[in-house]
Amino acid sequence: MEDIENLKLNALKQIAEAVDVKALDEVRVSVLGKKGSLTEHMKCLGQLSIEEKKQIGQKLNLVKTEIEQAMEARREELSVKELNDKLLRETIDVTLPIRDENIGRIHPVSKIYEEVVAIFGEMGFEVADGPDIEDQFHNFNALNTPANHPARQMQDTFYISNPDSENFDDSYVVRTQTSAVQIRTMEKKQPPIRIIAPGRTYRSDYDATHTPMFHQVEGLVIDKKTSFANLKGCLYDFVKAFFELDDIPVRYRPSYFPFTEPSAEMDIGCKKSKTELKIGAGDDWLEILGCGMVHPNVLKACGINPEEYQGFAFGLGLDRLAMLKYGIPDLRTFFESDVRWLKHYGFMPLDEASMTGGLSNNGGSAR
Amino acid sequence: MKFTLSWLKEHLDTQATVDEIAETLTKIGLEVEEVVNPFDNMEGFVTARIEEVEEHPDSDHLHVLKVNDGNEILQIVCGAPNVKKGMMGVLAHVGAYIPLFNEKIKVGKVRGVESFGMMCAEDEIGVGSDHNGIIELPETAPIGLTLAEVYKADPVFDIAITPNRAECLGVRGVARDLAAAGLGKLKPLNITSKNSNFKSPIKVNIEDFDACPVYVGRYIKGVNNKAETPKWMKDRLTAIGLRSISPLVDITNYINYDLARPLHVFDADKLKGNICVRMAKENEGFIALDEKVYNLDDKSLGICDDEGIQCLGGIMGGNSKGCSEDTVNVFLESALFNPICIARTGRKFQIDSDSRYRYERWVDPKSNVLGSEYATKLILDICGGEASELEIVGEENYQPVTTFIRPSRLKDFIGIEVGTAKVVEILQGLGFETKEDGDKIWATSPTWRGDIEGEHDLIEEVVRMIGLDNIPAESMPRSYFPAQTLSPVQRRNVTVKHELASRGLLETVTWSFTDSKMAKDFRKGNEAVLLCNPITAELDEMRPSVVINLLLGVKNNIARGYSNVSLFEVGPEFYGRKPGEQRLVAGGVRCGMTGKKHWSGNERAFDVFDVKADVLAAIAAANGPFDSARISTDAPTYYHPGRSGALRLGANIIAYFGEIHPLILKKFAIKQRVVAFEVLLDNIPLPRVAQGKAKKKLELSQFQPVDKDMAFIVDSSVKADDLIAAAKNADRRYITDVRIFDVYEGENLPSGKKSIALALTFQPIETTFSDQDIETLMNKVEVEVKKKIASAQLRDA
Repeated sequence: MEDIENLKLNALKQIAEAVDVKALDEVRVSVLGKKGSLTEHMKCLGQLSIEEKKQIGQKLNLVKTEIEQAMEARREELSVKELNDKLLRETIDVTLPIRDENIGRIHPVSKIYEEVVAIFGEMGFEVADGPDIEDQFHNFNALNTPANHPARQMQDTFYISNPDSENFDDSYVVRTQTSAVQIRTMEKKQPPIRIIAPGRTYRSDYDATHTPMFHQVEGLVIDKKTSFANLKGCLYDFVKAFFELDDIPVRYRPSYFPFTEPSAEMDIGCKKSKTELKIGAGDDWLEILGCGMVHPNVLKACGINPEEYQGFAFGLGLDRLAMLKYGIPDLRTFFESDVRWLKHYGFMPLDEASMTGGLSNNGGSAR
Repeated sequence: MKFTLSWLKEHLDTQATVDEIAETLTKIGLEVEEVVNPFDNMEGFVTARIEEVEEHPDSDHLHVLKVNDGNEILQIVCGAPNVKKGMMGVLAHVGAYIPLFNEKIKVGKVRGVESFGMMCAEDEIGVGSDHNGIIELPETAPIGLTLAEVYKADPVFDIAITPNRAECLGVRGVARDLAAAGLGKLKPLNITSKNSNFKSPIKVNIEDFDACPVYVGRYIKGVNNKAETPKWMKDRLTAIGLRSISPLVDITNYINYDLARPLHVFDADKLKGNICVRMAKENEGFIALDEKVYNLDDKSLGICDDEGIQCLGGIMGGNSKGCSEDTVNVFLESALFNPICIARTGRKFQIDSDSRYRYERWVDPKSNVLGSEYATKLILDICGGEASELEIVGEENYQPVTTFIRPSRLKDFIGIEVGTAKVVEILQGLGFETKEDGDKIWATSPTWRGDIEGEHDLIEEVVRMIGLDNIPAESMPRSYFPAQTLSPVQRRNVTVKHELASRGLLETVTWSFTDSKMAKDFRKGNEAVLLCNPITAELDEMRPSVVINLLLGVKNNIARGYSNVSLFEVGPEFYGRKPGEQRLVAGGVRCGMTGKKHWSGNERAFDVFDVKADVLAAIAAANGPFDSARISTDAPTYYHPGRSGALRLGANIIAYFGEIHPLILKKFAIKQRVVAFEVLLDNIPLPRVAQGKAKKKLELSQFQPVDKDMAFIVDSSVKADDLIAAAKNADRRYITDVRIFDVYEGENLPSGKKSIALALTFQPIETTFSDQDIETLMNKVEVEVKKKIASAQLRDA
């Protein structure tokens, strides 16, 4: 019996001293294996008397259970330790910089397009398109701007050359305004009409605020009762939503466009300093768009009876809106494909504009 | 259009302040660009007292002054005869700008004596014309005042005149508008006709009444053009930026700005024979008063004497028969010209003048006699002389427009009610004659308004005068639920942009124009679409491909030191000169490395498969059928012939991609490889409407798919795409995926052969596959591949 007690103590000691799972396995074999010390004792049981057999047998079983439990506990301890050692060895410097992800950007003009579409969409407008190259009829004549009209000289028009003609041929131009889309829309569709037409426009002009190509959005509403009061409401709602302000001072100045009458220019309030332009309440005014009630001659040119239908039109510059809202100083830089500029002023691809989800998240933080 | 406050008050009886006038002008559509107080910008001038006067040691007329400006005593050398001790004057400090000399005062040395400024005469600072001595202010005047504090300035208004408001190119028109807006009373114009006892010795003959319906001439004899233009007139002309030349010229300029009435004065003694108003002959020469020579055409109207064209009618006088100091007898022209004729000639020969500007917009057709009488009065007052009877030829074939305005219509149009009485008051204030008739107010336009056609014009007049700010703002009614704002095509174009941006490409926007020298390799067989009048030679063609400008972008970025560039643009390319001969393209370029040098070492150069991936992603984003698209190797010639492809649905090409041809890159001076793509968005078919938006039903198998590899040895020329298509085609039900995991050419293979290894996925549907089933499928693949690709041999594992 004393042997058995010694064997137990010895085995428990070896278990406690096992440094890893492998050493523990060796202990298990030396004690519990086929030729293990405890197994040897078990084998001897047959030679004993029934009385002894019962007594020693019981003892051996208790010892065996005790050793097995100790072994299991130690095994658990050792495997945790081994895992911890392994994890420690796997340590890396997580302060190392990440791999380049090359996330692109959406150009401010596209972003503003989406914002404008979201706002006017909320007011029931659809988006209409038209060609960049236009004929005289759609770009001028149907817009109440006949050949010798002084307004034609207000816009420096680019003409498309005719390879089959010796003389200057003014049949086709690159559109000087998206207003041409008004005509194309009314030719195809009877009132009620509510459209906006964003797109490229072209005039022969080049400095910090004029580029030979720029972007306009045309708006057109034609039905039986839309009035100048609606024009004011519509555009006020637009600028308020666009600049994301609770209120914004606006004023209208009578002006002249051949295709609207009465015509007006809309100014919004701002505060100007040497370094900054802040849209909102302030002492200064900033011209933002031209608008007016659609001229009866324009309706007539499209086969719409001006005694029955009326409405308004407006035109505003997408690029200019982008400059004002997002503080971009020079129009020319919009078209230079400078990757530094595109990354800085561009918008994250998932920053989509919506009236319900917000117009902009300021591009997300730049990475 | 510029005018001064005193000039305006010549026509308008008003107590309004400068600010009130400016605000009203803008409100009624005469936008104020600026109001300048002429003294505001004159710095460095103060009132000062001459404390001491000494003789200049080295001169008999110069004096050396000690001048007190309130801060210090300055030594100033002065030549004026009227200097005296204790006198108050105006001192120009060193640095002050003197308009008359067009220079700044510097520290000077006059005959050895230093001078630190200048005592000013009236004309030197534009407060008068006196130059006989320095300004003498009352002795009680305080020291140290600015010019604006001493002199009451005549503020200059600069307003923008829209093309429809020609009458406001004269001060009187502006005054009338202000009066109608309630800012004062329009003063009557007192111009009476001169009695005369002799007829003009110079007669007028009009050959072309269409171009010149009426000509009013007058001979004035015995004038003195050496007389001084009166100060008030000179001051006003100078204030609006016109140089005083001689009384006769000044008078015509003045009336041009006062009444918007152009006039011309000939030196009658230089004219040979009578005046003939006729079209020029083709190539007939004319020397204008700016001494430029013009070869006119037969649509240009000349005012001629026996020696040829002496004046380009309504546009510019000639240089040989104009007035000079010695002019004694003059012939005064006040005529009416056809605006279209004036505009055409002015534009064709690029001659700008105040006269052309007015004639091509609108000159009051009834103002010919008035203008002549007004000029006669001023000439006789200033230069003396004796006027002939008027020589009037032709007549204004002009009828004022009579139209009506309905107050009810006005209300519909602007949203508020304006009473009939108010409408009548406004129209009458603007010079309309009105007559009420039931629900209409008939209005006859005044002769100075050429822009009135119909009711809409009258509505505009009323709206201007009641003020746009008084119209309420009413939000757009939302009586119906809006249709889709974006059409399906517009919507998918937006999605494509976001997809490409999320793939690491920066969206750019470039000109629709490009450089024809670069563009000619990109025209794909179409004719160039060139501009007649490009803004620069480098922007002379409507781009036949988006890639051209993107390559220029690459080049410029590399020049700035950024050589890893991924750009895309969604915009039009042009294949013809007519409206609609354009298509929308999503184009992109990539060059350089996928990233900068990095510790992970994962960066690599962009290659064809990056742009191919861009193309497929864009088409997938556009909901295009890219599964059924096949790749052919016939991309346009600006791509590398061996490293480019076209994606097509049968004959319909929906994209190109590949490396840019090295010869093209050389032209752009780009020294690194560039890969590019063009997705022809308009060519991507839309899903059929009948399909609706519901997705195809998802069929899930409960059995695990089986992956098997097969390798084929084929001729090197065989396209991988064909091999994949053949394998997929072997069994369209159970073979759900075919991928290529290895392409090998070289050792152990005969030359001209390559090995392509396929990873096939077999998807059991009804029950699990037996070994036999799988073998059958693999056999089918082998048979189908061999059938489609003659050179194909199964490679033993």
